[in-house]
Amino acid sequence: MMQDILSAAGPQAERIEALWWLFVLVCGVVFVAILAALAWALWRTPRADPATLPDTSVLGRRQRGAEFAVAGAVALSTIGLVALAVASFVTDRAIASIGAPDIQIDVTANRWWWDIRYDHQDKSKIFTTANELHIPVGKPVLLRLRASDVIHSFWVPNLGGKKDMIPGRQSTITLQADKPGTYRGQCAEFCGAQHAKMALVVVADENFEEWAQAQRQPAPAPSGAQEKRGHDLFVNGPCAMCHAIQGTLAHGRRAPDLTHFSSRQTLAAGTLPNSLGHLAGWILDPHSIKPGVNMPPNPMSPDDLHALLAYLGTLK
Amino acid sequence: VNPLLEKTWRDPPGLIGALSALDHKTIGKRYIVTAFAFFAGAGLMAALMRIQLSRPENTFIGPDLYNQLFSTHGTVMMFLFAVPVMQGMAVYLVPLMIGARSVAFPRMNAFAYWIYLFGGLFIFTSLLLDMGPDAGWFSYVPLSGPEYTPGKRTDVWAQTITFSELSGLFAAIVIVATTLKMRAPGMTLARMPLFVWAMLVTSFMILVAMPSVMLASTALILDRLVSTHFFNPAEGGDAILWQHLFWFFGHPEVYFIFIPGLAFMSAIIPVFSRRPIFGYPAIVMSLIATGFLSFGLWVHHMFAAHLPELGKSFFTAASMLIAIPTAMQIFCWIATMWTGRLDLRTPMLYMLAFFFILVLGGLTGIMVASVPLDLQLHDTYFVVAHLHYVLIGGAVFPLFGAWYYWFPKITGRMMSERLGRAQFWLFFIGFNVAFYPMHHLGLQGMPRRVYTYTDEMGWGRLNLLSSVGAFTIALSMVLFVIAVVAALRRGAMAPANPWGAGTLEWATASPPGSYNFDKQPVVRGRDPLWESEPVPASEPTHVTGLAEHTREALITTVLDAIPDHRSVFVNPSIWPFLTAVSVAIMFLGSIFTPWAVVWGALPVAVGATLWFWPRRAETDEHLAIEKRP
Repeated sequence: MMQDILSAAGPQAERIEALWWLFVLVCGVVFVAILAALAWALWRTPRADPATLPDTSVLGRRQRGAEFAVAGAVALSTIGLVALAVASFVTDRAIASIGAPDIQIDVTANRWWWDIRYDHQDKSKIFTTANELHIPVGKPVLLRLRASDVIHSFWVPNLGGKKDMIPGRQSTITLQADKPGTYRGQCAEFCGAQHAKMALVVVADENFEEWAQAQRQPAPAPSGAQEKRGHDLFVNGPCAMCHAIQGTLAHGRRAPDLTHFSSRQTLAAGTLPNSLGHLAGWILDPHSIKPGVNMPPNPMSPDDLHALLAYLGTLK
Repeated sequence: VNPLLEKTWRDPPGLIGALSALDHKTIGKRYIVTAFAFFAGAGLMAALMRIQLSRPENTFIGPDLYNQLFSTHGTVMMFLFAVPVMQGMAVYLVPLMIGARSVAFPRMNAFAYWIYLFGGLFIFTSLLLDMGPDAGWFSYVPLSGPEYTPGKRTDVWAQTITFSELSGLFAAIVIVATTLKMRAPGMTLARMPLFVWAMLVTSFMILVAMPSVMLASTALILDRLVSTHFFNPAEGGDAILWQHLFWFFGHPEVYFIFIPGLAFMSAIIPVFSRRPIFGYPAIVMSLIATGFLSFGLWVHHMFAAHLPELGKSFFTAASMLIAIPTAMQIFCWIATMWTGRLDLRTPMLYMLAFFFILVLGGLTGIMVASVPLDLQLHDTYFVVAHLHYVLIGGAVFPLFGAWYYWFPKITGRMMSERLGRAQFWLFFIGFNVAFYPMHHLGLQGMPRRVYTYTDEMGWGRLNLLSSVGAFTIALSMVLFVIAVVAALRRGAMAPANPWGAGTLEWATASPPGSYNFDKQPVVRGRDPLWESEPVPASEPTHVTGLAEHTREALITTVLDAIPDHRSVFVNPSIWPFLTAVSVAIMFLGSIFTPWAVVWGALPVAVGATLWFWPRRAETDEHLAIEKRP
């Protein structure tokens, strides 16, 4: 998965990348020029020591050459800065004037995971997922950003700049991915113990509509005996206190919605790949993986664990 | 040596005497040594962080300790090292440079030092007790609020800030008053050394900026201690308000760390170029312009927050504009070197390093001033690289140069040129190896303030390189301590003016007597020791007519330094120390109960009253030397 400012995958990140190279060019020239002026001074001036008499004669006369050089350098610097400022404004406008989005998604940051709700005019088509954001390719999407606890910051470098998520406020950001693929984002504002393990997977999905249609379905009813036992453990046990699975009695809202949990690539907000072994370890003792996380340890018998894992595996 | 003056101005002996000391050189040395000790402590925290980050998924330290370490590292470096060490240099050097016997308000100066020391001991002790701040050095609410950081860690942070604000404000007042009213006769503002100009600008900036963070940290501690809701959005408070208040202080703070760095540059470059500085008026105007402009940039720390676009553009323009006065000074220094003859000793090497490091940091600063670029780079390792290039290149390298330059004056011993060069190169190379890779880490998407990262992110190799650089810096610091100890033990004795410099501090012995100057000089130019024209017989060369058996000093006018009146300075007193102790106890208690402010104020009031209590004998002495006009 990529998390790189200089591998733009959307129009906004591309514009920023172009601006970056312009700045690198101009600043590089300035850097080389200043060091060259310094090197010239080191190379051409005679050496001295503390006994060398100071040349106070310079106080009595105009030093036109040096004055001209300094004034010219200041003027050139000013022109360069104005040019960079204008380029920056132009880029800023271009990023802001991206097309009107027709998909709106509410992203709420929590310590330390992302709640993602796909809005729709038809309320029956609204659905919720977590930690994995799917967007269509080549279309702008509008994200409405909120935070439930402390300040977080939404940032997917390959697609564009970041936006803070501030409790008590709503902000918006428009994203567009032109290349299908999977991009990684990460919380960019320090938010406490597990700020380091608060990542987000963004999938620019060519089959976005099919994916969304699948996500709108409730979880399938468990079929086998083991899956049934796992379902009962989930719904009657502590899991349902915080997690929701649509189509069951589990409606907790304090933790990620798990309706289509098995379709996701990662566990615990990008902390681990979503595999059976990692999931078992996570359920039994999340604090050994992500110390400070809200999920409590869940000691259980191997049989119960296998049943639970089997059930969670059906949540495609 | 004048024994009578020495007896009048020296600090009393013994432990009580040491705690009562008022000599600005004693206080200045204490500031500098304390600040370097805190620098070492915070550097050690950085070393621990670099071990943790040296490879992916390292388990050397966990998130809880890591978050305390980076928060305390930042807080100590910014509040307890960078600002006070510059004030300490100013307290030591300004009176010597302007030909004065003392700082103005010497007891307040001593008090400011004690408050600073106690603030530093407070935060270091807290860290050792697992009570170190853990919400970052700018402690954004609501993370730092009562709900998300219960316990005392953020209270420790907020009161450390209160300590350092109080001390910083008092020291700034001392420096402003000293500079404006105690200059040697003839030292008009237009002849004042650039170092003193820079410290004057810095001190005014501190006076304007620090009240803002004082308000913020007080509101934060009230939120935490007595459940006010200044920053709680659920009760009508506002999380962004904190950021505005903090950065309205925080950005000028960067500049009042940086301007003293410029001060060292402007003091040292002309001496090692063997000519007066080129463009004195342009540099003075640049310093003042930087001082003003630095108050118009704070929002560039908040581009990613939810703010109006037009307003952000203004701050982009202002942030780019402030590069111009700095560029002006850089060009003036290069012009000075171009037209001079260069002496490339250790202090000058540090000056040359500034051109490489600070210029690179300034250019990345121009990048993050642009809103679109900043939205990508903000809160990544790119910014970590940028801020270390600016602060270490702009302030710490000049500070080390200043150390080598003024060490002979302060201690009377020369430092080894050989060890100095070795230490410089280790520091310079280690610095770039440690911090340059961070630019690339930021571009590769590594956010700052993460205690770990996974292997698949591909950040491991550059992080390892950075850690190697960090330990090279540590090695250079060990060499620095060796060089200092060697110089103190066996260094060659320093003459009064070992570098052939032109400013007044080099006119007196190394180290100077407690009274600074046998004869207080009268000044005729910007570099009094480089004056070659003979003084006309009708004009005085030094100040006469002041009492020597009591601490009498000459007060001059603000603009032209014309003798204005005589003033008798206070004698050493234990009360500033005892008052500082009671203030420290009050601050310490206030993190536990609001009543500490009420009861703690009583000993403070008693101490401050006795501090100002007149002594009959002293008053009689003062009256005896009064003359009616």
